[in-house]
Amino acid sequence: MRFERRLDQPRWLAVAVPMGSIAVGFALMAVVLLATGHAPGPTYRRLLDSAFFGDGALSATLVSCTPLVFTGLAAAAAFRMRLYNIGGEGQFYWGAIAGVGIALYLGDRGVDSTPAYIAATAVAGAAAGAAWAAIPGLLRAFAHTNEIITSLMLNYVAGLVLTYLIIDSRSYWRDLESFEGQTFPLGKMIPEEAKWPSASLDAFGGIVLPLGFGIAVALAVVMWVVYARTRFGFELQVIGDSPRSARFAGMRLRRKIVAVMCLSGAVAGLGGASFEADFAYQLDPTGLQTSFYGYMGIVVAALARYNPLAVVPVGFLLGGLVNAGFTLQGADFPSGLVGVMQGLILFCALAGEVLLRYRLRMGRTAPRAVDPQAEAAA
Amino acid sequence: MRGITKRFPGVLANDGVNFEAAAGEVHALLGENGAGKTTLMNVLTGLYRPDEGEIEIQGEPVDFQSPRDALDAGIGMVHQHFRLVETLTVAENMTLGWHTPRFWLGVRAGRRQVRDVSGALRMPIDPEARVWQLSVGEQQRVEIVKAVFRGSRVLILDEPTAVLTPQEVEQLFETLRLMAREGHAVIVITHKLHEVMAVADRITVLRGGKAVATVSVSEVTLRSLAGLMVGREIAEARRVEPQHSPGELVLQVANLTATGDRGGFAVRDVSFGIRAGEIVGVAGVAGNGQRELAETIYGIRRAATGIVRVDGKRLRRGDPRAAIAAGVAHVPEDRLGTGLAPSLSIASNVSLKTYRFPPISRGPLLLVRRMRERALALIRRYDVKAPGPDVPVRNLSGGNLQKLVLGREFDGEPRLLVAAQPTRGLDVGAIETVHTYLREAAAAGVAVLLFSEDLDEIRALADRIVVMYEGALVGELDPASASVEDIGLLMAGGRPR
Repeated sequence: MRFERRLDQPRWLAVAVPMGSIAVGFALMAVVLLATGHAPGPTYRRLLDSAFFGDGALSATLVSCTPLVFTGLAAAAAFRMRLYNIGGEGQFYWGAIAGVGIALYLGDRGVDSTPAYIAATAVAGAAAGAAWAAIPGLLRAFAHTNEIITSLMLNYVAGLVLTYLIIDSRSYWRDLESFEGQTFPLGKMIPEEAKWPSASLDAFGGIVLPLGFGIAVALAVVMWVVYARTRFGFELQVIGDSPRSARFAGMRLRRKIVAVMCLSGAVAGLGGASFEADFAYQLDPTGLQTSFYGYMGIVVAALARYNPLAVVPVGFLLGGLVNAGFTLQGADFPSGLVGVMQGLILFCALAGEVLLRYRLRMGRTAPRAVDPQAEAAA
Repeated sequence: MRGITKRFPGVLANDGVNFEAAAGEVHALLGENGAGKTTLMNVLTGLYRPDEGEIEIQGEPVDFQSPRDALDAGIGMVHQHFRLVETLTVAENMTLGWHTPRFWLGVRAGRRQVRDVSGALRMPIDPEARVWQLSVGEQQRVEIVKAVFRGSRVLILDEPTAVLTPQEVEQLFETLRLMAREGHAVIVITHKLHEVMAVADRITVLRGGKAVATVSVSEVTLRSLAGLMVGREIAEARRVEPQHSPGELVLQVANLTATGDRGGFAVRDVSFGIRAGEIVGVAGVAGNGQRELAETIYGIRRAATGIVRVDGKRLRRGDPRAAIAAGVAHVPEDRLGTGLAPSLSIASNVSLKTYRFPPISRGPLLLVRRMRERALALIRRYDVKAPGPDVPVRNLSGGNLQKLVLGREFDGEPRLLVAAQPTRGLDVGAIETVHTYLREAAAAGVAVLLFSEDLDEIRALADRIVVMYEGALVGELDPASASVEDIGLLMAGGRPR
């Protein structure tokens, strides 16, 4: 048995392989479920219900999916240029810190216009994420350090900053006045006017569409246009494919590296701001650091093959899986098992990529018989 | 080899090819680029498996699963790029990775055997020398001895003369004839006709993936062979005296020095100039700083010291964008690696340098439709064989890649054209086209700097010849009066008579 590189990739495979891989993931998980004394059928029915078909399921899935679409777009933005920004996690934290910070500050100044809050939180979040991503970007461009390592390490730094702000200090972000806040370290709530509005749809028994989701979808479209139809996008393609040829063509590589890292960080930071203003409303270091939105975004981007438009549906599916995980876990279904299930499905989905790029050959295939015409010619 | 067929997506690389080489002969495999020579030999050496057809070695049918099987069956190959470990000695390179039945081969025994084999081939090599100390010609001898040492009865050489001086070429041919006399089957892959005539006993010509003829060298002439190869008669590269007189000074290079990839100076204190409409040819054995000089003038390599001026304006060091703005076009030696983005489409690659300006872009927007139109026009004008403008360029053959790069660089209406090995690896027909383009460019007032390892080419095209040796310009010659021997002597670091 051996792998042979595919010279071309049929279009149908790009759809069939991920679907098949996910099916394999569910099949494997069924074995695990049986071994742990759970019936796979009803479990999967509950999973689908809580992710997509039950009452309010779609609204809940959109809540889990919105940050994933942002971080997925952030990862895709950089990976397109073969720049591996693993720092979406930390950039997301900084977006959350800056978004909450500006909302609290404007609240103290008595601002009560929601559009002003929306603009301020979005800009602050994006700027903070961009600034954090600029560090590995500048290091890569001018000192040739590996951006994978530096951006990954900075995630831990950002996580520690979060913990410091709420648990280890009496910072501006911490709630020191309310009763709960005095008994347990909590983040301050942002003002009511600062919360991003949402739209309600009557379809499918009522869906709540958060503003952040709308922004994320619009951003996906904008990013696609930038990649496919602008000089900037063209440069990213060339640099990603062949840095040497890009230099030959007179492109300025260092600037592009920094710009793309900042763009990627800005998207992740905007995601952090949207997460706070749409759903969380207060800085929660534990919640942020255990959701792994930044890391999940890398998976989303990989499954979407770095296509911004595909990030939206992939983010939606993974969001459903995350959301269903919350519903499933309970006394009879430990959270560890939920983790195993999510892990198995993601693992299979990513492993399936190999089949897209390589063809599996079994045994030693003998060459076909000699063509009679060629024989006659000889 | 009988009825060998090998398909790649969209390409039939070998179409029912019959090929045989007998012990005791030098057999040339001749063909244009993309004719399927390399594919056929890759099938023979076990790198590819044929879709159809069979291979017999001394009457025994074989089925190679891997290059190892082919090696064990006595088929050795000397690649264009040598497969030697530079820091090891010659003897160590020979024994490396080679299992003998005795399992353990002492280096001392290896040394003795290297002496025996090289002595028998009359190619003296010091088994103790480290490979990096050897010249390119000596390294090639090491590769040949290695193949024989490992028991090869069939020896394949891929474009063996590309890196040699004329004198070294003569020595190599001597060796190949000797090997044939001693009972080896020697196969030489080439597209250089006069070499075929000089060394081969029989010739198999491939065209469009098919073997069109197997002939004995006594039955053909240079012209009929060229005709077989491209399917029509070809005029020989002949010197055309320029009808115009050179104009104003376009390129001025003063005291240019640049470091190489492995440290050390690759370009040493080079100064020269080119006038509008003039073709200056730079001759030299591969690796004497030609590539680095071309790169430094274009700015993709940063000069350590020295000045490059185009039309009197000093170019910013290490900035290709400045060179492009000043009207410098560059056909790089490594087309696919430096001049093109391999996974991107033809359309993208055609606009690789002009995407920044109208009409390809408007403000920040890229006009994709115009990119396609321009690519289509270029494909038509320069006769690039491609299914369409959206195909990734890495699917094109070497000759078509070169046409694409040349077309793009000529289309920019340059002031100075730096062409590095523009015909390397091209077939006769394509070479003719490239020569025509270069002459046309010069006639239109472009200053042309031509780097080539093909002396005939330089002598046919250049108005002046400069020779490069170890990074420095060691002499300037008039092509009308200089002999190949004069140039060869300078190329080898000697002094002309």
